[in-house]
Amino acid sequence: MTTNSLTTSHGAGRAGDKVFSGAAMAAGCLILAVLFGVALFLVVQAIPALTAPAADIQGGHGFFAYIAPIVVGTLIAAVIALVIATPVAIGVALFISHYAPRRLAAGLGYVVDLLAAIPSVVYGAWGAAFLAKEISPAYDWLATYLGWIPIFEGPASATGKTILTAGIVLSVMVLPIITSLSREIFLQTPKLHEEAALALGATRWEMIKMAVLPFGRPGIISAIMLGLGRALGETMAVALVLSSGVLTASLIQSGNQTIAAEIALNFPEASGLKVNTLIAAGLVLFVITLGVNMIARWIITRHKEFSGAN
Amino acid sequence: MSKRIDVKDLNVYYGNFLAVEDVNINIQAKSVTAFIGPSGCGKSTFLRTLNRMHEVLPGARVEGEVLLDGDNLYGPGVDPVTVRTQVGMVFQRPNPFPTMSIRDNVLAGVKLNNKKISKGAADALVEKSLVGANLWNEVKDRLDKPGSGLSGGQQQRLCIARAIAVEPQVILMDEPCSALDPISTLAVEDLINELKDQYTVVIVTHNMQQAARVSDKTAFFNIAGTGKPGKLIEFADTTSIFNNPSQKATEDYVSGRFG
Repeated sequence: MTTNSLTTSHGAGRAGDKVFSGAAMAAGCLILAVLFGVALFLVVQAIPALTAPAADIQGGHGFFAYIAPIVVGTLIAAVIALVIATPVAIGVALFISHYAPRRLAAGLGYVVDLLAAIPSVVYGAWGAAFLAKEISPAYDWLATYLGWIPIFEGPASATGKTILTAGIVLSVMVLPIITSLSREIFLQTPKLHEEAALALGATRWEMIKMAVLPFGRPGIISAIMLGLGRALGETMAVALVLSSGVLTASLIQSGNQTIAAEIALNFPEASGLKVNTLIAAGLVLFVITLGVNMIARWIITRHKEFSGAN
Repeated sequence: MSKRIDVKDLNVYYGNFLAVEDVNINIQAKSVTAFIGPSGCGKSTFLRTLNRMHEVLPGARVEGEVLLDGDNLYGPGVDPVTVRTQVGMVFQRPNPFPTMSIRDNVLAGVKLNNKKISKGAADALVEKSLVGANLWNEVKDRLDKPGSGLSGGQQQRLCIARAIAVEPQVILMDEPCSALDPISTLAVEDLINELKDQYTVVIVTHNMQQAARVSDKTAFFNIAGTGKPGKLIEFADTTSIFNNPSQKATEDYVSGRFG
């Protein structure tokens, strides 16, 4: 009788393989299960608010009238944060990765990472107690000289506790996220491509435009989206800084509200349908964040052919 | 187009480490000069001093003079960016910009320094450079596709097209065929033969047959041992380096007795 000598295998090695693939698969499934569980909870709890008669919802005009202004407020705060943080973060990341002397770069990178370690309630306290007060003269100036632009319409808030201040505080909070991710991406630019640009007679900045930024583009977008996720969901800082109110076009008057802060401020005393309304607001935030991430994915894959991954 | 290079008493350092010692060499215009020698002997390092790419690495510096038709590359006030537009370079691994199309890769150097170029002139230059790099017929129908989609040999010829598009005086090649298969190598070697009608070409190679095939003159570099600086041992016509070297070390190397 002949036996195939190749059929015997090393039992221990195979077992390790199985354990590892099982563990990896379980971890993957767990994430999906948690995500599904949260989504299910949000939907089930939100349904009463979505189906309730308009008059029963806070404000008396139905859920849509209730949620629309705070969705817009959330987006405004997040956009302000990104508009301020993105250029600064990319600048700092480029400085650390391509301009600064090595020792300074290491120190600076560490300091930026430290920004991420500050609890959000501390940011909120700083924004409310210090930044708002210090920045209100600037708002007066904006109202006086740029007041004809609707977003700077006066009278400026005397306390400075406006959506713009909240946006600025958020920008400081998302800065370390965008900076450290961008820095890592920039450091991974292949030396080959940097040298190709330099050898063609590129200056340092041209080399960065030619080799570093195009290579890092998908990473920068991912970094911005992570920052946006944080800015959309940030609760404590906004709740402390913003003196909330109805939706207002002016960024330097008090008013506006974000979803996360609305939930945080009202949830402890809420009961009955009010709880369902707040959870439905959470569902809306969840959907917005999901949408943002899907758009980011789409932007990244759109240029896959030219991504440098092939 | 094409200038001669004269190197006088050049010492090349990485920090305090002397990597290449006391090189004197005169490279003729419109010729192909090959640098050969064992790994680590400093031939690539020396090549990179000829367009000031050496100093891109932190701590790297040189002492001595490199004259391009009499102008010192390391003279006071000389901008390395200007030097590199005059002395182009092709690297060991093909490195077209992955985020750019074939056309944009060729034009990459031309568009630098905010230079504007009309579409017609750009099209003509793309064709001329790709024809010059023997690549035109293979890519003329897909100029808008990414350069990274080409084969390795095509990518390397694209890099050569990119280098000659800026009309340099000198083209440096750092082991341009070491990542290529024999057919692609042949294509690049044929191209080097054509390039010397217009350009001064300096090529580093590990392949002695290649040096013998493509170069007019050959420089042999060697090191005495690990941690010692590399030195130029012998520089002569390629035929005499391979058939009748004057130095024992050169003879040992080209006859395969070491290295």
